[in-house]
Amino acid sequence: MGKITERLYNGIVKENPTFVQMLGMCPTLAVTTAAINGLGMGLATTVILTMSNLVISILRKAIPDKVRIPAYIVVIASFVTIIQFIMQAYLPELNDSLGLFIPLIVVNCIILGRAEAYASKNKPLPSIFDGIGMGLGFTVGLTFIAIIREFFGKGKIFDIDIVKLIQDNEVPVLNGIVSSDSFSTINIFTSAPGAFFVLAFLIAFINHRNIKKAKKEGTTPNVCKLADCAACENVMCQGKRKED
Amino acid sequence: MNIILLAISAAFVNNVVLSQFMGICPFLGVSKKISTAAGMGGAVIFVMTIASAVTSLIYKFVLVPFELDYLNTIVFILVIAALVQFVEMFLKKSVPSLYEALGVYLPLITTNCAVLGIALSNVQKNYNILESVVNGMFSAVGFAVAIIILAGIREKLEHSDIPESFKGAPSVLIAAGLMAMAFTGFSGLI
Repeated sequence: MGKITERLYNGIVKENPTFVQMLGMCPTLAVTTAAINGLGMGLATTVILTMSNLVISILRKAIPDKVRIPAYIVVIASFVTIIQFIMQAYLPELNDSLGLFIPLIVVNCIILGRAEAYASKNKPLPSIFDGIGMGLGFTVGLTFIAIIREFFGKGKIFDIDIVKLIQDNEVPVLNGIVSSDSFSTINIFTSAPGAFFVLAFLIAFINHRNIKKAKKEGTTPNVCKLADCAACENVMCQGKRKED
Repeated sequence: MNIILLAISAAFVNNVVLSQFMGICPFLGVSKKISTAAGMGGAVIFVMTIASAVTSLIYKFVLVPFELDYLNTIVFILVIAALVQFVEMFLKKSVPSLYEALGVYLPLITTNCAVLGIALSNVQKNYNILESVVNGMFSAVGFAVAIIILAGIREKLEHSDIPESFKGAPSVLIAAGLMAMAFTGFSGLI
């Protein structure tokens, strides 16, 4: 069991794909205008990542090394297509709001990255939990960013009008301070530039904490760098560093 | 006239990186120097134009007649991956000078979700082959413009005094956000 919890912790906290590794930036910026979209995108990615990790791990000895990347892409693309059909049938609204980014899960660096870095070298069971951990880490990241953007941009969280809720229920401390007269929404949070700003400040905050912690312990801080983003592309060029 | 409007819309108004958020990975990862950014931009223009043409041809003449259009995601990503390999081999053999300029960026393009994204949106919007090629090419031009501008900003940022926690990714994201704001100014064009 130790291995399983370690995998989950690793994915959600230690190597969080959004905040630490900075992978899968396209959906992170694009779909986080509403919390429900972030959650939906995260869970769809989790399912695909878990299934593709399982299949790739089972087939890891059968796939020849030279054609492994195309083979992984076929496995991932098949699961993406299945999920796309399921969402079209049962969650048409979510499917419409995520739009093009459902099929684009195929090229999400996280999935191909985990296939290459973990599933192709490990047994099926740990690979499943690696997928679940990484997927949930991504889901947490997306939902967190989406909650911030939805709250400041629309005054809502998961489509629930928070300001109105506080006003109607007369919450002790906040009552009088938070009212629809004093709270105005900031449109930039839900617009395209807002996505960049929110993510920038969240990463700066995490960097700040890491630097502080490192100073206390006298070690060099583990600051997230853009090189990590290029690392996912290295999957495509046989591990050779191509940048700079 | 429609074609010109489509081109302007693809390159500036609905900029592929700054308003549609496709291709963020290379946009942030390969924008440290103007020369590398220009190389990446050139490679994307090259591949995306060809990929748009090939995928819309395949969709029209293979997938639709055989009623396989639901397989478009799988087919398109494989076609793009194969195409990138083929372009790389072809350039290496026949146009070595171009290969030297673009070669190292070509393998990175398969994971650039802009290429697959534009191919899929061409199909979704029912563009004909000419419109698909124009949309693909000018979306890529928009990508190249954005990544070269960002690289220019980053070269200047190197010499500025940034708070410790904003060094690296956060400062680049803020620069990208300001660029996105500037690009919303183009929305009055069409």
